[in-house]
Amino acid sequence: MSIDQTTVARIAHLARLKVPLEEQQQVAGELSKILDWVAQLNEVDVTGIEPLTNVNDMALRLRDDVVTDGGKAEDILANAPSKTADFFTVPKVIE
Amino acid sequence: MTQLTHLSITEAVTRLAKKEFSAVELTAAHIKAAERGQAETNAFITTTFDLAQEQAKASDARRAAGTVGALDGIPLGMKDLYCTKGVRTTAASRILDNFVPTYESTVSQKLFDAGAVMLGKTNLDEFAMGSSNTTSGYGNVVSPWSGAEPSKAARKLVPGGSSGGSAAAVAGRFAMAATGTDTGGSIRQPASVTGIVGVRPTYGRCSRWGIIAYASSLDQAGPLARTVDDAALMLRTMAGFDPKDSTSVNQPVPDFTTATGQSVKGLRIGIPREYRIDGIPAETNALWDKGAAMLRDAGAEVVEVSLPHAKYALPVYYIIAPAEASSNLARYDGVRFGVRVPGDNLISMYENTRGAGFGKETRRRILIGTYVLSAGYYDAYYLKAQKVRRCIRNDFEEAFKSCDVILTPTAPSTAFAIGEKQDDPIQMYLEDVFTVTLNLAGLPGISVPVGLGANGLPMGLQMIGRAFDEMTLFKAASALEKAAGFTATPPFMG
Repeated sequence: MSIDQTTVARIAHLARLKVPLEEQQQVAGELSKILDWVAQLNEVDVTGIEPLTNVNDMALRLRDDVVTDGGKAEDILANAPSKTADFFTVPKVIE
Repeated sequence: MTQLTHLSITEAVTRLAKKEFSAVELTAAHIKAAERGQAETNAFITTTFDLAQEQAKASDARRAAGTVGALDGIPLGMKDLYCTKGVRTTAASRILDNFVPTYESTVSQKLFDAGAVMLGKTNLDEFAMGSSNTTSGYGNVVSPWSGAEPSKAARKLVPGGSSGGSAAAVAGRFAMAATGTDTGGSIRQPASVTGIVGVRPTYGRCSRWGIIAYASSLDQAGPLARTVDDAALMLRTMAGFDPKDSTSVNQPVPDFTTATGQSVKGLRIGIPREYRIDGIPAETNALWDKGAAMLRDAGAEVVEVSLPHAKYALPVYYIIAPAEASSNLARYDGVRFGVRVPGDNLISMYENTRGAGFGKETRRRILIGTYVLSAGYYDAYYLKAQKVRRCIRNDFEEAFKSCDVILTPTAPSTAFAIGEKQDDPIQMYLEDVFTVTLNLAGLPGISVPVGLGANGLPMGLQMIGRAFDEMTLFKAASALEKAAGFTATPPFMG
């Protein structure tokens, strides 16, 4: 199992991560090597085994449905690269 | 007077109580050492000496008023993955170069509530992804250790990773202890290669709230310290239930400091036969045998156990951890915090920001994670890995039927030179071959310094305990520490 340059471009776009065209071939090689190495898991028979998602096998706790936090617009915006009044601002998305 | 920077926390707490010196004096000695240490090792990304002096003054005031905490006046390093209110927090990533949290992580808050003093934010591998502290966006950390052979003495060695800055500061005697996080070995491996103690507690023991996430089902906070007693005291302060972390476990925190020094007579020490793997230096295995003999001499019973799926732990980790990382790191998009790189439209702004802000290893793991979670590959990689993960945990459950603690090497070898293992990511990943298994099973582990390699560099042994049985782990670790009598110090000390 190996991934090619086209696949790198596709997953880079899915991850919203710019991988310059001239680096894609090399990245494909590196990722393929890692994926070939993890392919040794194919040796393991996992018939009837449930996937493990939480080591402590606990149910998520529920709490009362009440407001416990809020009113911190200033804190939340404190690190924003770009803001206007109480809003984050981004490049125009609707023409 | 003994040099203040060479005291254990336990000694310093006693002598502060006797008013032999003040917190201000203790902190001043550490700041002086840390200034030299920083120039030598680059252990900190941000130093907070002014804050430390204020905190030390406040500690002395509390002492005068008779209201001190368990770590009052003790100068610590804080891994720069813990969000600290008003103090820049980078995760060693340039994407967070300007990030100043408006809140405090639960664990750092607990340390401050106990009176701890913060010397600075310690360096790490970017987003805790690495075993050498060479993926940091803020420069490599240089170990305070260097090889005994003159020809090699000039080589700069890694302090391990990802908690490399914390390890260097504690080993180099310019922080009395430090916080770390351990996702695949990031506390224990640096502790092993710098000759100190590192503890990763049971998953759910310490709150993850406010600690920048790498792989949430594996991440745990823990301490790096110079003695098992100090590590027990640190962990007792750091641990505890937190409603703000949905995976925090509501269990009472025992006083780990009462476990140390107790007899290990009759304790069953498991030696997993699958940990004898090809390519491991003979001296690593010899030290492991020696450690088992020490515990046997102390009255423990040594038994062979089996962890048949151990060899699959690293491949499982390199599916699950990148998958979780790709999801966790999606938040760095140049909108809410961090550095933004402009683009022609919203999508290209995201892509430019993330492409420029993340380093090479972080990018690699995001791409792997995105791939294994993508349509058509999820079952083959991610689901499969989660199933093998259960096999690994089942192995431990089976093994702990016939033993109380498992003993293994911590790292494959002594510290390597900066620049080694850079060309082949898999070679670097193998650094965690002994440590990563217990992260997948959620178990606690500790690394204790036991001896020196032929090159004069420290080597540790790892002990693994049952979930939430850190008490037995500390008891066994303390017996090993006592028997090993490790007193070697690095050539550089602040």
